[in-house]
Amino acid sequence: MNKRTRQLSSLLVIWGACASLPAWADAIQRGQAIAQQGNGQGAIACLSCHGPQGEGNAAGGFPRLAGLPAGYLSHQLRSYRDGTRQNPMMQPFALALTDEDIQAVSAYYASLEGEDVNLPTSYQAAAPENTAEWLAERGDWENTIPACNQCHGPNGQGVGDTFPPLAGQHASYLAAQLNAWRNGTRSNDPNGLMQGIAERLSEEQIGLITAYYATLPEQLSANAAAGQEETP
Amino acid sequence: MRKLPKSFRLAMGIMLANVTLSASAQDPQTERDYQVPLPPAPSGDAVFQPPLESAIPDNQYGDMVRKGRDLFVDTQQLRGTHVFNEQNCSNCHLDAGRMANSAPMWAAFGMYPAYRGKNDKVNTLAERIQGCFTYSMNGIPPETGSESLVALETYFHWLATGAPVNQAMPGRGYAKLETPQGGYDPERGAQVYAEQCAVCHGSDGAGQKVGDRQVFPPLWGDGAYNWGAGMHRVNTAAAFIKANMPLGKPYSLSDEDAWDVAAFINSHERPQDPRRRGMESLEATDRTFHQHSGYYGDDVGGQRLGDHDNYGANPGSGD
Ligand code: HEC
Ligand code: HEC
Ligand code: HEC
Ligand code: HEC
Repeated sequence: MNKRTRQLSSLLVIWGACASLPAWADAIQRGQAIAQQGNGQGAIACLSCHGPQGEGNAAGGFPRLAGLPAGYLSHQLRSYRDGTRQNPMMQPFALALTDEDIQAVSAYYASLEGEDVNLPTSYQAAAPENTAEWLAERGDWENTIPACNQCHGPNGQGVGDTFPPLAGQHASYLAAQLNAWRNGTRSNDPNGLMQGIAERLSEEQIGLITAYYATLPEQLSANAAAGQEETP
Repeated sequence: MRKLPKSFRLAMGIMLANVTLSASAQDPQTERDYQVPLPPAPSGDAVFQPPLESAIPDNQYGDMVRKGRDLFVDTQQLRGTHVFNEQNCSNCHLDAGRMANSAPMWAAFGMYPAYRGKNDKVNTLAERIQGCFTYSMNGIPPETGSESLVALETYFHWLATGAPVNQAMPGRGYAKLETPQGGYDPERGAQVYAEQCAVCHGSDGAGQKVGDRQVFPPLWGDGAYNWGAGMHRVNTAAAFIKANMPLGKPYSLSDEDAWDVAAFINSHERPQDPRRRGMESLEATDRTFHQHSGYYGDDVGGQRLGDHDNYGANPGSGD
């Protein structure tokens, strides 16, 4: 089963527990309407910042939402509502969403094609001279920093509903989140799993690792293409 | 040297005979030795630093070091031949076997060959590694001199560059954790597990995968270490957990919580102890090999643990 069908099937399980399949399709449709037109209750169209395909915008620091797991997205929207995630731009919209709206937009964005769909999962030795790759694959244990991919999955493609994909997310946004943990405006991570790690990273590591993940999908497909040329 | 009880020696004899008869590919010496916990490491800060991977030389020795490193981190390469569960060596020996108090390989290398009273034999590093294959990997150990084993030994040799020979170093093994005054309790551990561990290892203990890749290792069930593995001892698991888990938050659990949760995970079913194949009964296996803090052969929730012939995916002697 690939990652995408797994995400969809876990969505189905969540929905199956409370409603039927048509209700799930309905939710995606409702979510799409909110994303494109707003909910008429104070939440404006999400696409005005997050882009028509949920691709986000690097310059604005607006994250890509397409293909993120529904459970992760709804947890984030609830976090903006309860203040464990503070952001002056995003909080008012989250507060204007009902629980049902949150489920609907989360289902919608999860159903869109993400960047991370077919990233490889096989083991590749990290190159010691590539500081960012080393941090992603092997960590910085002298500072009690596990490898990012130990939690965020192979090539940072995410694990389940709890550990979001980092690959293909905008660098400006990723850096803003690491800084949000460091300055206390984000504290919604389960058991503080991310908090301590963000605090122990150096400024330099943040710059390198966020650039690494933002460009990783392109990098991997470039590598794959180069590899294909070599083997006739 | 501690004198061995007669019944024990008798059982050993029976077992040895059985193993020979059943022509097991597993080395009977290793099998008997494996359960012996490592001696406590000398106290003090672990100051030894293994060399950086950027310093692996570019020659044939270096190539073998890299091969060993890859096998250690991605032991699943040997799935179906030598590995029959979802584990990699580095799951229990963190940071590719470099981390102090996570049974690091640089601290192990110089300590072998080592005499063990329990099997009255001098054991080699190869045998110790083979033990982790048989039990922790629920596998069939690669033969002494095989490329896999040579690669692993070469990697450990390189990690131990500059380390003393035949002298225990601080940071070896898992730092011993005193048994809590009030004992330990798997039921309390269940709560610790639900709050602190299930997010990664799953409420069913099966861990989590992305595609074919196991990201969070299973802690019980068919994909986990078997009933003969050192990690199934409550004291060993408690020591490991205190210093290494939850991932990224070492030493955050109280000693009690570490013991309770170790008891909880180790009071679940897992693949049968491979030594059971050579024994008459569960009782005999329990009596001979399980005189330590573990749940093998115990009644838990109305079920007797280890009372089955499920060896996981391991086909047995490998024929
Ligand atoms: C005015 C611009 C703007 C609009 C409109 C907007 N957002 Fe956002 N959104 C942001 C910004 C900026 C962030 C990053 C905030 C931060 O740093 O926490 C964000 C973050 C998020 C996140 C967190 C993503 C992650 O990876 O953790 C979610 C989910 C989200 N928005 C959903 C929505 C939804 C749903 C809507 C429509 C109802 C919406 N946003 C409308 C600007 C906007
Ligand atoms: C011990 C597990 C763990 C490790 C290791 C880890 N993370 Fe995380 N990370 C998390 C969790 C859990 C979340 C989601 C928190 C939430 O739900 O709000 C997260 C979220 C993030 C986010 C926010 C993503 C978003 O869409 O808003 C960033 C950025 C991030 N991690 C970067 C890193 C980097 C860089 C590393 C390596 C240096 C790393 N993480 C290592 C557990 C981990
Ligand atoms: C399920 C956890 C687990 C896995 C997986 C595992 N080990 Fe171990 N290993 C242990 C335990 C437990 C000990 C003994 C620690 C003690 O008794 O204090 C140990 C000890 C060792 C030692 C001896 C250390 C010393 O200081 O003498 C070596 C060498 C070793 N393991 C190698 C390996 C290799 C190679 C692999 C992979 C093929 C592996 N281990 C996989 C748990 C594991
Ligand atoms: C953030 C995710 C995460 C959390 C939370 C977590 N673990 Fe782990 N655990 C891991 C990873 C990843 C490994 C493998 C380490 C490696 O390969 O470097 C591991 C390895 C282990 C092992 C080694 C045994 C084996 O069979 O591989 C045990 C035992 C263990 N964890 C117990 C626990 C306990 C008990 C808790 C709760 C107190 C816990 N873990 C919490 C991620 C986690």
